[in-house]
Amino acid sequence: MTDNTKNKPTKWQQEHKKNTAKLGLWTTIWVLTMALTNFGPRFLWDNNQTLTIIAVLLNFALGLKMVLVNIQHIKGLDEMQQRIQLNAMGITLGLSLIVGLTYSNLDVVNLINFHAEISHLVIFMGLTYLTATYIGTRNYQ
Amino acid sequence: MKNKLKVLRAERDWTQAQLAAALEVSRQTINAIEKGKFDPSLPLAFKAARLFKLSIEEIFQDEEN
Repeated sequence: MTDNTKNKPTKWQQEHKKNTAKLGLWTTIWVLTMALTNFGPRFLWDNNQTLTIIAVLLNFALGLKMVLVNIQHIKGLDEMQQRIQLNAMGITLGLSLIVGLTYSNLDVVNLINFHAEISHLVIFMGLTYLTATYIGTRNYQ
Repeated sequence: MKNKLKVLRAERDWTQAQLAAALEVSRQTINAIEKGKFDPSLPLAFKAARLFKLSIEEIFQDEEN
């Protein structure tokens, strides 16, 4: 290791930064098209069915792109970071399955007086993933 | 698994960030390995051995021995 190279970002660090920025960009684009798909028919194109179908397909296609970029981002992480992500994904998948189905059961058997919305499950998944990643990171500190 | 990463790094006057850059991992990963909280994979252990010009056994030791 020479003095010149000591503080210069390495190719791996630059790649990691690029992958993170790319994931942020594609996630933002996907979220924006999600908003467009939900609010466009009412506020932008007066329920034109063709435009609505295009918006739904565009949102779906951009969602797939976001998943691919996420895979690329995870592949670019180092082995400890990958393990933290894998654990967080496992916890999120497991808890989402059992909490999601329990929540659905509560609705089906009328133990709650509101509809079990899919958005509630998505919020739960997001919060679980964030918490599991935070705890996983802390455990290795 | 015990390791001498911290000692070897200090002998060379390298920071965790510099070692992380040389091994192409994050600084947090170097910190976790040094504290014995994370065991590196064989490829990463070989990479560290090459960097320090030592054998893997000279850097990493099984705690049962």
